[in-house]
Amino acid sequence: MTIRVFIVDDHELFRSGVRNELGRNLEIVGDAGTVEEAVPAIVDLRPDVVLLDVHMAGGGGRAVIDAVRSERPDVKFLALSVSDAAEDVIGIIRSGARGYVTKSISAEELSSAVQRVHDGDAVFSPRLAGFVLDAFGGDAPQHLDPELDLLSRREREVLRYIARGYTYKEVAHELHISVKTVETHVSAVLRKLQLSSRYELTRWAADRRLV
Amino acid sequence: MAQVDARHTAPRLERSRRDRWVAGVAGGIGHHIGVQASLVRVAFVVLSFAAGFGLVVYILTWLLAPLEAEVDGFEAPPRRIRLPSAGRAIGIGLVIAGVLALLWVAGLWFDGNFVWPILLAAIGFGVLWARGGDAGRGRWNLETLGTPLSFTRFAIGAVLILAGMGVFLAARTSLEGVGNVLLAMVVAIVGAALLAGPWVWGMGRQLVEERSSRVRTEERAEMAAHLHDSVLQTLALIQRAKEPREMASLARTQERELRAWLYGRAPELAGVRLRDAIDSMAGRIERQHQVSVEAVVVGDAEMDDRLRGLVNACAEAVANAAVHSGTTAISVYVEVEDDAVNAYVRDQGAGFDPDVVPADRRGIADSIVGRMERHGGSAAVISRPGAGTEVVLKLPRRDS
Repeated sequence: MTIRVFIVDDHELFRSGVRNELGRNLEIVGDAGTVEEAVPAIVDLRPDVVLLDVHMAGGGGRAVIDAVRSERPDVKFLALSVSDAAEDVIGIIRSGARGYVTKSISAEELSSAVQRVHDGDAVFSPRLAGFVLDAFGGDAPQHLDPELDLLSRREREVLRYIARGYTYKEVAHELHISVKTVETHVSAVLRKLQLSSRYELTRWAADRRLV
Repeated sequence: MAQVDARHTAPRLERSRRDRWVAGVAGGIGHHIGVQASLVRVAFVVLSFAAGFGLVVYILTWLLAPLEAEVDGFEAPPRRIRLPSAGRAIGIGLVIAGVLALLWVAGLWFDGNFVWPILLAAIGFGVLWARGGDAGRGRWNLETLGTPLSFTRFAIGAVLILAGMGVFLAARTSLEGVGNVLLAMVVAIVGAALLAGPWVWGMGRQLVEERSSRVRTEERAEMAAHLHDSVLQTLALIQRAKEPREMASLARTQERELRAWLYGRAPELAGVRLRDAIDSMAGRIERQHQVSVEAVVVGDAEMDDRLRGLVNACAEAVANAAVHSGTTAISVYVEVEDDAVNAYVRDQGAGFDPDVVPADRRGIADSIVGRMERHGGSAAVISRPGAGTEVVLKLPRRDS
């Protein structure tokens, strides 16, 4: 069964481009250019994966996730952006997106990213990996929960390879582990990113914007 | 009077810049032990009549004690202080002469056979070696030996030293032997000069030449690396460009950059933080080569010359990937660790065999490996045909 995809982006040209590129392998069930259009359409159409622009009028991608989550908890979100601001990227991941990729991604890679998100795994672009390494770098917080507030050595290794531009398959090859194990590590990092109470995480992301 | 000031009782004895008549020795010792410099000077003068003991100590201290570090905003005015006014000089001379006469009359500590030769030789030594402060001292400066001033100096110094030697030797022999002694000395010195002179001269020239040629080689390597990064890359692009407008724009960009470099500015990389420098580098290469450069920086650092070297090497690696890999997506990852800054430039393009790069392809050798090594870092290129290329740059941090 092909994966059913919904596209939310305020750029008409971009939507039709993605439609053409992904249409061969995936089923595009619909698209929307605003938050107001997107929410009822997603609730109605029940896509498997929503490609979500981070920056949009009316609250952006986070508003869509927040509105849809309660009614359709099974729908998975993949954030797609040209944005470089850490605050937005970390923000949308913490709202519940399963991954973040930049719009310069190739059609083939985007296709496999959608597949991966659909399978329940996480998708990290080099930039997101860099953000996470940076955010989890710094000094340890006062009340540390090692389960959530620290990255393991292996997770750190995996993220460094992703930041260097390695695909999951190449990371697996370099570290002599299976692709599945790489996916497990990345998903664990995503969970930490979403649930960690590291107060710095938010503050760090906000500070980054000022740089 | 002999007040001890905590700031002045430094453990290190340094010659004073501010409080000096000749070389700052008395001033330095005064500061060091916490007494007035004039007392030290009087002590030196008096001790000099103890068979020249004071003079020997003075000269040894001059040679061994370093000159005090320059104080911010304070320029040492050596001329003014070294050559006291005529009145002052006469005063000092009279005081010395008085003390001298007193001691002469008292017949104390005084041995003309020693003091005069040593005094003459010491003044000659001072005239010879007191050129241009610390930098010139202890090293014969052959480049300036031929100039009139230094030649006069050399002559005066040599005559004074010879006179000192002559007086010393003459005092040991009979008075009429003075002429013979002087003649013998002149003959010996001329002989020594004829024997060793050309050789010493040649050695000096060779040293000077070696030093300047090493400087030139380093400058040339740096310049070759820069020209390769900028001008040669742009020329390669212009050859590929199809549209006249594109060519013109490339040429203009290059002209601006080259001009800025020639006049000592690096506007593109002027950022004060490593992150800005990497981002601006990535942007520049994106514009130049119409590729997308995904630059990820973890951590950040203050830019310095070594980091600029790293950024430039990184830029060269990215430009290489843009031109040779055949892909349009290049990843740059830079991480600032406690003890090192590492940069990774990766493409998933054609790749190549690093062992068969032609010798005239200077990019990797000069701009990347050479540049990193000049800054104390290292570079490695990992590539296989068909499997993309990754350039790994490592720069240890010195300050941590």
